[in-house]
Amino acid sequence: MLAKRIIPCLDVDKGRVVKGKKFQDIKDVANPVELAARYNREGADELVFYDITASNEERNIFLDVVEQVAREIAIPFMVGGGIRTIEDIHSVLHAGADKVSVNSAAVQRPELIKESSDKFGSQCIVLSIDAKKTADGDYHVFINGGRKDTGMDAIEWAKQGEALGAGELVINAMDSDGEKNGYQIALTKKIADAVNIPVIASGGAGKYEHFSEVFAEGIDAALAASVFHYEEIPIPELKEYLSSQGIPMRRRA
Amino acid sequence: MIAIIDYGAGNIKSLQFALDKLGKTSKLTMDPQEIHQADSIILPGVGAFKDAMEALQRYQLDTILKKEAANGKPILGICLGMQLFYEFSEENGGCTGLGFLSGSVKRISDKVKVPHMGWNILQADQPGALLNNLGDKPYVYFVHSYAVDDPDENTLAASADYGGRVPAIVQDKNITGMQFHPEKSGDVGIALLKNYEESIS
Repeated sequence: MLAKRIIPCLDVDKGRVVKGKKFQDIKDVANPVELAARYNREGADELVFYDITASNEERNIFLDVVEQVAREIAIPFMVGGGIRTIEDIHSVLHAGADKVSVNSAAVQRPELIKESSDKFGSQCIVLSIDAKKTADGDYHVFINGGRKDTGMDAIEWAKQGEALGAGELVINAMDSDGEKNGYQIALTKKIADAVNIPVIASGGAGKYEHFSEVFAEGIDAALAASVFHYEEIPIPELKEYLSSQGIPMRRRA
Repeated sequence: MIAIIDYGAGNIKSLQFALDKLGKTSKLTMDPQEIHQADSIILPGVGAFKDAMEALQRYQLDTILKKEAANGKPILGICLGMQLFYEFSEENGGCTGLGFLSGSVKRISDKVKVPHMGWNILQADQPGALLNNLGDKPYVYFVHSYAVDDPDENTLAASADYGGRVPAIVQDKNITGMQFHPEKSGDVGIALLKNYEESIS
């Protein structure tokens, strides 16, 4: 049986890990390579790196980080942020990443998902969706770091992403991001039920129970940042807890 | 020296870093002479079966691999690299493989999510040195949508359970396949690569 995955997320700005709340108030946290090595030791199942600035001159610093991380750890990792073209995808995969997540660029040009999954394989193309509940009660897709409402329905976009060849989805719930009040389970479960590819919940983890709640709903993986960075929730203890709840977890030998 | 076959197959860096950790020298190459002189060969691979076979044929690497396999040189196939060892895959309308092992490759059942992506437990089908020191529940990292359907049972060393039996490690003399990514499977993956390297040295 497949284990549920615990995925620390590292937002990287100018070669440093930073943490924001609701996509703002950025604070410096750590060296990404050191933090990645720590998570690898502690039993994280996968890592995610978001390049949150993604200006051209800083791109190379980020690619260096990706390569150093690949050298350091032997678990899969995903890279996202500012990925716009097939060349961008090629450069991060070449630097040693296993998966690439696309977000705004895929909304603006959905063929990017098809072209990249045809070229590199679905297994490495992840569609990342920033979603937020709007006044009409539906969840819309937002782009440009959560600043722009596209008016698109998040569930429909997830299904379209799967049809275009995405191999996995990350659902970033903007309302719950950084609030530590739990994942946005209603939306994430609706999406997981609507597709037949793995779904990663993101945004809102604050305590152990939040992880068991999301896994109990059939979600494949849970992503979190600050609770791991600041060791509020140590990964070995979290996995111990989830195992005791009967959730399949990869444990260190 | 380990020759890692270079035919444009995705993320090779992680594999090289893993071999570095074991103190093994490896080189990404498509040069017939270098492949011939290497102590062993690794055939990596991600993406589609047909594209991979076409790429191997374009550089005549299929002929070289068949020759080295017949000469008894150890060849390890990882992920799609393992699938290419079989006679046939039904992916993208069907394609003939290298035919080192008997059996064919079919799509994983849609009863479960496809791709089979994540950490799953290796279950030994028969005892062997490859599976030494892996601990109690050896989780390894899989990413694939197709799997070997009907392997020769004698060649099956370990499998995983996902919508049915997924052959995970196969071995027939000098030919070894791993459906998962040992280079991405943490300490267990490194131990497997170490066991493999010891078994061929």
